[in-house]
Amino acid sequence: MRGGYGNLTGTRVPWPGEGTRVFDEYVNSEQPEEPRGKPIGRRVLLGTLGLGALGVATAPTLQRGLESFLAGASDKDPTGLTGLLPNGGGFRYYSVTSSVPRKNADTYRLTVDGLVDHPGTYTLVELRALPQTRMVRDVQCVTGWRVPDTPFEGVRLSRLLDAAGVREGAGAVRFTCFDGAYSESLTLDQARRADVLVALRMQDKDLGHAHGGPVRLYVAPMYFYKSAKWLSGITVTKDVKPGYWEERGYDVDAWVGRSNGRDDEPTT
Amino acid sequence: MSLRLDAPGRATGVRRFGRASRWVHRTTAALMGVCVVTAACLYVPQLAELVGRRELVVRVHEWAGLALPVPVLAGLASRLFRADLGFLNRFGPHDRLWLRAALHRDKRRASRPAGKFNAGQKIYAAWIAGATLVMLGTGLIMWFTHLTPLVWRTSATFVHDWLALTIGIVLAGHIGMALADPEARRGMRTGSVSREWAEREHPLWRP
Repeated sequence: MRGGYGNLTGTRVPWPGEGTRVFDEYVNSEQPEEPRGKPIGRRVLLGTLGLGALGVATAPTLQRGLESFLAGASDKDPTGLTGLLPNGGGFRYYSVTSSVPRKNADTYRLTVDGLVDHPGTYTLVELRALPQTRMVRDVQCVTGWRVPDTPFEGVRLSRLLDAAGVREGAGAVRFTCFDGAYSESLTLDQARRADVLVALRMQDKDLGHAHGGPVRLYVAPMYFYKSAKWLSGITVTKDVKPGYWEERGYDVDAWVGRSNGRDDEPTT
Repeated sequence: MSLRLDAPGRATGVRRFGRASRWVHRTTAALMGVCVVTAACLYVPQLAELVGRRELVVRVHEWAGLALPVPVLAGLASRLFRADLGFLNRFGPHDRLWLRAALHRDKRRASRPAGKFNAGQKIYAAWIAGATLVMLGTGLIMWFTHLTPLVWRTSATFVHDWLALTIGIVLAGHIGMALADPEARRGMRTGSVSREWAEREHPLWRP
């Protein structure tokens, strides 16, 4: 590992003044530089590895402390920079496609079809005209971040299902999105829960494009990947079909704290 | 190595890095760059919104990360590269002086004795190597979720995120110092540096 360099050049010329330096005891023609120095580089490398392992081992404790500290800090942070720190609070934008078309009140349609008696479509105005439900719960992402006390407002999914008339033999609901790629599924029992909404508003504002607007699904008791953004289709089916991330390893029954190997505090 | 070409003709030039060392640096830098850019596209909301394609970006990030140690491992075949690693690994008494001067913001040449690599470069090399391996380990835990107990994934994500931030800052420092020293960059690009620079910046180095 050491030595060779000086020998290989073959044309070694001493610096002017060589032989008078303080460190000359480390210089000779065979081993040109600090040959017997301590292997501190190796120790630094191993130490970094050790710290990394220690970090993984103590992460649950560290994370709790940091999260509460950063949540407090982000409340008083006018720059918004804390939002960029890991778990610094706030939502993250995830899209599985390169670009998502924008829909507004004129162009947006929500279709309801499949094993129903009355398939049909809703415009945004029609959805807004239905009775609205407002809920305030934490949002928990499967990648770890959590946004406390987030208001969602919209139409209960069960109301749309009842209006369409679910047929005998139906067991699940499949959701499709106008980004062209994302999909999700719930069992019929899950879909009929009172805390599952077709959401039109979030944080008491109309849903913006970045948050999945104008209409997204909101499944309060489950990890946030179930709350499909840019919702465009509701299809009643016989069995559950795994959605986009579920085909890539995530749990279909995504209860917060009881799935995906996580023990987060439930959101409902 | 093309040492013979340089030795007699360019009396002013000093051979600093062999071809292996330069290619290890180049490919590692490129892979690290891919990791950093894809990480930013997964992590910074504005970039995530711009780029999307989350699954593709994740795949590129994973494979670039997996490949990151490969150039160094391949470089071990080269004797000159192994010699460079040896210089990076070994700390002499002058390195202590250098670090003490750095801590006291003492910029005088005389208080910053350095061999082929100064103590800061040595610490950086060892730390970034260790940090890369930690990123690789935690990344693999996040990638192959079924291989490890479930709670490990959350912990690995935590370490991966914060260490990524730290690496980003340290890397910016590394690049910033290189930008401030054209002759050091020339050494990494062409393999040679001027004798004057070598004597000034690395007085204890005997090339």
